[in-house]
Amino acid sequence: MSEDRRVLGRRTPRNEDPRLLTGRALFVDDVQRPGMVHVAFVRSPHAHARLGAIDASAALQMPGVLGVYTADDLGDYWQPGPLLVPPPPVSGMEFHERTQVPLARDKVRHVGEPVALVVAESRYLAEDAVEQIFVDYEPLPAVVDLVAALEPDAARVHDDLDSNLAAFVPQSRGDYAAARAEAHLVLARTFDYDRGASAAIENRGVVAEWDPREDRLTIWDTTQAPIPVRNGLAAMLGLSEHQVHLIAPFIGGGFGPKIMMFYPEEVLIPWLALQLGVPVKWIEDRSENFYATTQERGQIHEAEIAVDTEGRILGVRDRFLHDTGAYDPYGLTVPLNSQCTLLGPYRIPAYDSEMRAVFTNKTIVTPYRGAGRQHGVFVIERLLDLVARELDLDPFEVRRRNFLQPEDFPVDQTIIYQDFQPLVYDSGNYEPLLDQARQRIGWDQFLESEQPNARAEGRLLGIGVVAYVEGTGIGPFEGARVQIQTSGRVTVVTGVGTQGQGHYTVLAQIAAEQLAVPVTSVDVITGDTDQFHWGTGTFASRGAVVAGNAVHAAAVEVRAKTLAIAARLLEVTEDELELVDSEVRVVSDPTRSMALGTLAAEANPMRGAVTPGTEPGLEATRYFGPHRGATASGAHAMVLEVDPETYDVTIHRYVVVHDCGRILNPLIVDGQVHGGVAQGIGNCFYEELVYDENGQLMNASLMDFLLPTSLDVPRVEVGHEETVSPLNELGTKGAGEAGAIPTGALFAQALENALDLPGLEILQIPLNPSKLWHLVQRARAAHTSAG
Amino acid sequence: MNEPNPTREIEFEVNGTTFRRAVEPRRLLSDFLRHDLGLTGTHVGCEHGVCGACTILLDGQAIRSCLLFAVQIDGAHLTTVEGMTPEPAAPMHPLQQAFQRHHGLQCGFCTPGFLMTLLPFLEENPDPTEDEVRHAISGNLCRCTGYQHIVDAVLGWARERAAAAAEGEGREPTP
Repeated sequence: MSEDRRVLGRRTPRNEDPRLLTGRALFVDDVQRPGMVHVAFVRSPHAHARLGAIDASAALQMPGVLGVYTADDLGDYWQPGPLLVPPPPVSGMEFHERTQVPLARDKVRHVGEPVALVVAESRYLAEDAVEQIFVDYEPLPAVVDLVAALEPDAARVHDDLDSNLAAFVPQSRGDYAAARAEAHLVLARTFDYDRGASAAIENRGVVAEWDPREDRLTIWDTTQAPIPVRNGLAAMLGLSEHQVHLIAPFIGGGFGPKIMMFYPEEVLIPWLALQLGVPVKWIEDRSENFYATTQERGQIHEAEIAVDTEGRILGVRDRFLHDTGAYDPYGLTVPLNSQCTLLGPYRIPAYDSEMRAVFTNKTIVTPYRGAGRQHGVFVIERLLDLVARELDLDPFEVRRRNFLQPEDFPVDQTIIYQDFQPLVYDSGNYEPLLDQARQRIGWDQFLESEQPNARAEGRLLGIGVVAYVEGTGIGPFEGARVQIQTSGRVTVVTGVGTQGQGHYTVLAQIAAEQLAVPVTSVDVITGDTDQFHWGTGTFASRGAVVAGNAVHAAAVEVRAKTLAIAARLLEVTEDELELVDSEVRVVSDPTRSMALGTLAAEANPMRGAVTPGTEPGLEATRYFGPHRGATASGAHAMVLEVDPETYDVTIHRYVVVHDCGRILNPLIVDGQVHGGVAQGIGNCFYEELVYDENGQLMNASLMDFLLPTSLDVPRVEVGHEETVSPLNELGTKGAGEAGAIPTGALFAQALENALDLPGLEILQIPLNPSKLWHLVQRARAAHTSAG
Repeated sequence: MNEPNPTREIEFEVNGTTFRRAVEPRRLLSDFLRHDLGLTGTHVGCEHGVCGACTILLDGQAIRSCLLFAVQIDGAHLTTVEGMTPEPAAPMHPLQQAFQRHHGLQCGFCTPGFLMTLLPFLEENPDPTEDEVRHAISGNLCRCTGYQHIVDAVLGWARERAAAAAEGEGREPTP
């Protein structure tokens, strides 16, 4: 071929952008149906209270109010939600399933838990009526603090349990006690990594409409998992799956909380549509989002590391508490990620970990970008930094000495991962990541001149570097159908939802490469259960890996069918043909060619018979189910400055060197990394969900919960390594969460480097100027009294 | 409270079309645009004036449509994102094209607000520095991009426009 026809690996602009840029994309709140009615919820103002009488008589008299529903009105439909992820097959494991309910009955367990709902002719009228519903609450002591929650006299979130323990999962390998006994150095610390909110700019929403002529329910839902939600709602409502058409149109950011399924509102709005026979809409407002959309991150780790004289890890011991909130519908995905990801890119011969998940009177915790991986990374990276300080090693050397080596792969860590498979790293090569990060951040020059020069001016500059791995692309499966239309355009249909990751482009690229059509000639359809029937969803950095490889397999099959029919019609053998520029042509005589659209028409004859054993059309459906996840990796480095007066922090440079195997679209991967870093930075220094001792969220607005702005997020320089995955044809690994995972550990290390105070240890995230100031004062006081 | 809310008649222009409508005084402009006029390109992210997703132009100035009532636009000229490229088949506005080229959007929910904020800014300051761009968009929240590709899109378009202008005047375009 005369020119490079590769499509994968190119910085390809996105197919979906014109629709989004011109305001013509459909989001759930854009759905308007004739006769549509609106719902507003009455939500608990208490974190923990007995629920008494609910008086809706005044509300029911108000104009435009069509009905008020409480738990008692739901009849048999009132059921706790399903357990979405069962507990892992680990011996000695304990798990108490307590899932959320559609409307609270007897007791409320977190602020914002729905107690009743109003249906009215408009949202305005529904909200007016919410104000006129009077609920009798008997407040109970709130379970807020993670450690206190497990004390014997603590109030209980679930009265029928002996304690607030939601789960206990011990996982270990090697002999930690022996490792500790022979260690040169043992360091133990407590690490505190607190909650944050994903705060997608689009809040959640559901619209449902029952069509009595077709006996079908159509639901528009801001979900990351359209097909599982369709399946679940069909079962709950007593309908067949074909009677429920679920559409997840354009979604304004997911980041994890929209993978949580069967939220109360998601269960109630379709039920109401069936009850009332008119379309029903509920759109979450920002205030509700802070209370009712799931959150993540509260964990406390008591961890210990044992190393030899060279700083080589002999073992790690970790005992940690995980705040699961009031219910645990998502099982243990988040804390299992923490438990597994702590092992990082390192050789850790002995690992002794015990996780305890704890019920609290706070919003439910489910995965949010990183999904617990950042906690594990924070603990191991901080422990290594402490080791480096004790043994006078630099941050590169302590990591290099402990890295798994290329010849070690595949690495079986023997403990169980969130996909319930043993944690096995498929491939990796970690030293080049660190080397590239060192060079890109200008490490040596920073330490030689930039930092000392700044110090001489009284400016506090610091530098840091950390490494991490990320389990991505887990099963069970995704599927795709690829079809060449008679117009010559190609259709790719799949079941994963999409929330901005660029699936309309990356999946199009994969098909375009096989079928030799422009990427813009491929229409990707996703998030519509009438178009594709099977699928799991978009989470765990799996879309490009799992759906991508399904598209690849289907496109390979369509290519084979295309060549077969062209060979028959052009009366040549298949190996005399090539697919170029949307047509099949004879290599030796390019004037003999047939357009893909013509071949598609020929493959679907109106008369005559399709050859036995073949199928009509140029179409194929394939599924991809990876045996286990692919392990991506990376290194982040940053230079920051601390204002010595205000303790505000400015990030001057940020470098990410990332290895997600074969890169399908570097433009999109860069965007994923930038966005992840921005969320990581927010998590470190801006965002914190502040709960008081009564379980009240004190900063439930975007005025008080600070998302980083364009002035807070630095330019991120991205470098790539490509260690292909042997687990899939495309050789790719996931990239969605990498930016967000190691930021806390990096931020802590760079702050310690900038402040350069003996005894200053940053062991908590999130920080803010005030917390930083207190840490510095404490370190100074300790140093003065000690010295 | 049980009396139906009175409405008030207003006349205004959106994207060059004149409308006369009766609105309830408490109806937010953002809800009015989206649900009464069907202009759903304007998005609502927080309803308290922080996120900027609902930004539109009112008499040429970027404003947050969730912080105004519809009755307040009587006599005003509004532009929403739909006004940037009125014909779906026509090429997009050059700023929109720059956003596509530089991958300045991911989920795209906040994007109309960014575009509306940038239009009057770039009219006033057609050749901004990166710092000026970052200040200009600092009142709009994006949760996906980390802002970098948005900044690149704006700077890229400004450079191209300057180069095209220079070429038009017979000078060599600056790289």
